[in-house]
Amino acid sequence: MAVQLEFLKSITYFSDLGPAELESIRKLVFEKNADRAEMVLLEGEPAANLYFVASGAVKVFKTSAEGKEQVLSIVRPGESFNDVPIFDGGPNPVSAQAMGPVLLYGIKKNDMEAILGDHPQIALNVIKVLARRVRHLVSLVEDLSFKHVISRVAKILLEHIGEETGRGPRLTQQEMAAMAGTAREVVGRSLKALEEEGAIKLDRHRIIITDKEVLQKVMEVPS
Amino acid sequence: MAEMPVIDPKKCDGCGLCVGVCHFNALAIVNHIIIIIETVECDWCTDCEAVCLTGAITCPFEIIIQEP
Repeated sequence: MAVQLEFLKSITYFSDLGPAELESIRKLVFEKNADRAEMVLLEGEPAANLYFVASGAVKVFKTSAEGKEQVLSIVRPGESFNDVPIFDGGPNPVSAQAMGPVLLYGIKKNDMEAILGDHPQIALNVIKVLARRVRHLVSLVEDLSFKHVISRVAKILLEHIGEETGRGPRLTQQEMAAMAGTAREVVGRSLKALEEEGAIKLDRHRIIITDKEVLQKVMEVPS
Repeated sequence: MAEMPVIDPKKCDGCGLCVGVCHFNALAIVNHIIIIIETVECDWCTDCEAVCLTGAITCPFEIIIQEP
């Protein structure tokens, strides 16, 4: 099924273009389907295509040498990924994985360069998208660099154990993130780190505090 | 019955993103609203909560202390 003009128009990159211009771009767009957990991009590989998510969601992340994962963003319908290497010519800086069945629309690197040459007014929208991306990454760097989120997450866990019944209020990762002043992704990473330290155990919908002393020590680490 | 994610039908816009990310196929859209198929097990990966833009589906954690 060919990409709909309405979908192209909904993408920030092409939002200022008219029907004739969108039609010329539509000819360069190809479809790509991916199943859950399928890798769409691999970090370090040459960048070939710019992708837009039409349906489903894609996780964009980096992986450490030890196999730890840092999620940078979740890309939803109408949003793009792999923009940076398409424009700077470098390899993929991140990996991308389908979080479920995903339909992507892709544009080859060379075709995107040609589109920019033919429709230079797109450049302003590209700058807006990249600027938004930089703002998001700056915020994530701030969280990861300056905030001892793990200490705050430890404190939140200790403060939410019920005294009488041993059961406290139920908290989502989003709520913990809001309480800790950080991103949901950082809370997820902190919980995994606390589990690795032996302070807690994640058991489906339960966070079991297995070593309260270790958790208290983590909480007391000065920022 | 096993604990399942919590749905707020008032917030659900029926986009279906959570259905796609659930690897146990425990979610479905019925009449434009998300529902949970309760016979299916859920491993609490929280991916459905992560993709939901409206906050309609949540995976709250119970915080308990292990008795010595």
